[in-house]
Amino acid sequence: MNRFAALLESLIFTPGRNAKLARLADYFATTPDPDRGWALAALTGKLSIPGLKSAAIRQLAESRSDPVLFGWSYDYVGDLAETVALIWPEHHEPGETVPTLTEVVEKAQAAGRSEAPKLLADWLDRLDATGRWALIKLFTGALRVGVSERLVKTALAAFGTVSVDEVEEVWPGLQPPYAQLFAWLGHGETRPEVDHLAAFRPLMLAQALDEADLAKLEAQDFRAEWKWDGIRVQLLGGRTQTRIFSRGGEEIGGSFPEIGLLAGLEAVLDGELLVRIDEQHGSFNELQQRLNRKTVSARQIRERPAFVRLYDILFDGDEDVRALPFDTRRARLEQWFARKVGNGPLAERFDLSPQLSFRAWTDLAEARRQAESVNAEGLMLKRGDSPYVAGRPKGLWFKWKRDPDTVDAVLLYAQRGHGRRSSFYSDFTFGCWRDNGSEGGPELVPVGKAYFGFTDTELQQLDKWVRNHTVERFGPVRRVEPALVLEIAYEGIRRSTRHKSGVAMRFPRISRIRWDKPAAEADRLESLAARIRD
Amino acid sequence: MASTIPRPETWLKPTPRGLYVEPGDFYIDPTGGADRAVITHGHADHARPGHGRVLATPGTLAIMRARYGENAGRQQQALDYGERLDINGVSLCFKPAGHVLGSAQAVLEWRGSRVVVSGDYKRRRDPTCPPFEVTPCDVFVTEATFGLPVFRHPDDAGEIARLLHSVRLFPERAHLVGVYALGKAQRVIMLLREAGWDGPIWLHGALVALCDLYRDQGVALGDLRHVGDTPKAELRGAIVLAPPSAIEDRWSRRLPDPVTCAASGWLRIKQRARQGGLELPLVISDHADWDELNATIDEVGAPEVWVTHGREEALMHAASQRGIRARALRLIGYEDEDPS
Repeated sequence: MNRFAALLESLIFTPGRNAKLARLADYFATTPDPDRGWALAALTGKLSIPGLKSAAIRQLAESRSDPVLFGWSYDYVGDLAETVALIWPEHHEPGETVPTLTEVVEKAQAAGRSEAPKLLADWLDRLDATGRWALIKLFTGALRVGVSERLVKTALAAFGTVSVDEVEEVWPGLQPPYAQLFAWLGHGETRPEVDHLAAFRPLMLAQALDEADLAKLEAQDFRAEWKWDGIRVQLLGGRTQTRIFSRGGEEIGGSFPEIGLLAGLEAVLDGELLVRIDEQHGSFNELQQRLNRKTVSARQIRERPAFVRLYDILFDGDEDVRALPFDTRRARLEQWFARKVGNGPLAERFDLSPQLSFRAWTDLAEARRQAESVNAEGLMLKRGDSPYVAGRPKGLWFKWKRDPDTVDAVLLYAQRGHGRRSSFYSDFTFGCWRDNGSEGGPELVPVGKAYFGFTDTELQQLDKWVRNHTVERFGPVRRVEPALVLEIAYEGIRRSTRHKSGVAMRFPRISRIRWDKPAAEADRLESLAARIRD
Repeated sequence: MASTIPRPETWLKPTPRGLYVEPGDFYIDPTGGADRAVITHGHADHARPGHGRVLATPGTLAIMRARYGENAGRQQQALDYGERLDINGVSLCFKPAGHVLGSAQAVLEWRGSRVVVSGDYKRRRDPTCPPFEVTPCDVFVTEATFGLPVFRHPDDAGEIARLLHSVRLFPERAHLVGVYALGKAQRVIMLLREAGWDGPIWLHGALVALCDLYRDQGVALGDLRHVGDTPKAELRGAIVLAPPSAIEDRWSRRLPDPVTCAASGWLRIKQRARQGGLELPLVISDHADWDELNATIDEVGAPEVWVTHGREEALMHAASQRGIRARALRLIGYEDEDPS
């Protein structure tokens, strides 16, 4: 338990992806089975133990401490799990052992809900403060240590010196505590069997197109489609149900039962998940209303029904067609579609992403300018002879996004970064003008925050500018003179009740520093709000 | 006879300038310039410049001279641990406080009444200074920097082991450890030595003078090097100590992709460590933690405790639960938020 606790604690303080990978791989390499397997389950959200509500944890802590002191301590620390972990009295008995993660998981799984508090108290007595904190996090649900399932799998791959795609292929057939997986990765034993109709297949991704390269590419070698603004999914259509995986291999079928419950597809398909509004496909903002929900109401399905716009096929029945050329797969996809969907009841759940006809790149350049009007992010270019290859192979598929929208905003606050950016002001909050209701004059209201888009040299210039134009400091944050205009690029804008400005941008980043532009000429909030398309 | 023993509050008085010993006419750790000052230890909030006559341990006087030069006090008088001095009928004796080099508790006696002013103290072993000595008394004057039960410092060897583990895990990066220049820096160096790190330890310029002073006082700190203009590549895998403020300063850009660390008791609270943008917080403190504050109060056996600064409500509440009278002095001018 101590090693697991130390890992969790180090992950919450580690900002960099590579450093997180190093810490995870080190943990997998130096922790025995089955502890590391249970840790893997906890990190990927696959661990199932009876949960405890925070009220029960609090009650437990108050039974072991002075309630007045507990109250003052909670006020000071601000986080219940941490307060309980720190205030828990330490009277270690001689001969007492620290519980292993395996002991904790196995006993908790065997225990009923009513026994859980007593077990927890016993373990709290035997752990140190970091161990207690980790234990409470384990029992109260989400670990929230800033690692995705994909990152953990990448660390497993690094530990076992295999590719992350191999880990992805075997993953869906495995169960905690993953003895087979670690036997393969850690001891070179045979790779676990891949369950062909149950396994997520790592996706084939596109490179961003550098327009200068178009001259080197033959238009006739490529097929073009719209790049839809939904989420990329892989469907594993079985005989009785359909599993839906997001790009990173996380299963999201629970949020979309109208697709998850479909039976008899008998194929592995690649496409874009979208929602239908008034016979059209809805914007990403509409789709977002359906994401990350634990339960879905009939009304949500009625108002924003989901469908998948298909563009590729990986398995046709039991046959793996990934090695076939794209054009052949497209023909197989169209045959599958005619056979299974056609004009039948599945037609409201699937359509085919149309292929765009063109002769020359200039035709596509023109089409790309229309992307916004069809609710697309741009174009996809795929070589007609490309096999389906996991990862981001060079030269086969390209994405050609439309130019991003930009807004000119004024820098308001800067915050120091983390890790290698600790000494740099690298997180920038910016604002637009609006009229101040009570006084009538113009005022700046924050509209977003960006921490990338600039080069290292520009970061140094921004950092220097921030230090020289600071008006006020609050901890790691500096308020600056409203005098520097930043051109912010973004991928879409929506209404937000959480922000004072009432708008929120998707992927804002600094596209240019407008050293030349006076702050008074930055954009107004109304012009930004007018760009919202609901 | 008992009735002739004066009550402590009649001769030892909290004032805006610090604790004043009336019959002896001197202040303890005065916050402004005083004619006669008794100084418990060398941290800047307790040992201030510009006093007339200064009485302190030889270690504390050396620190004050190193920091303030001519401003360290017009007249300086050294009093070793355990020696006794009479000041207008008030007997004064220094006992080790275990806080930093030279740190002392002031044991004061007047007409049969004994008060211990402990200054800042800790109860853990510290290779750079002698351990705290328990002295029974009528009133114990204590700090309460970590006066909440959530502050319980872990074993310092375990914290140093975490640092060394991280050094092994990231051999290409430097480890930049923010430490207070007096006390914490030297203790962390000695703890690293005890853990078997006998290679060089690199220093920010602001730490060099006090490390030299500790060496002159007989603390063997081993191979220390000044970072200065050392090329970045040479600092891969290095352990570098610097004042906490240097982490966010442009100074730290001379280090290769530093893992930012700091050693302080405040870092027990994760949100504190996050605010500081630290990648590796080390919970190492030169102050007593909650359990040690309470144990010390019990061991000195004083019926009455005065709390100088810190989170005094909680400590007073806990003392009164055990039948000990507790009083907050609310002395101002002592840092609550120092890198303890």
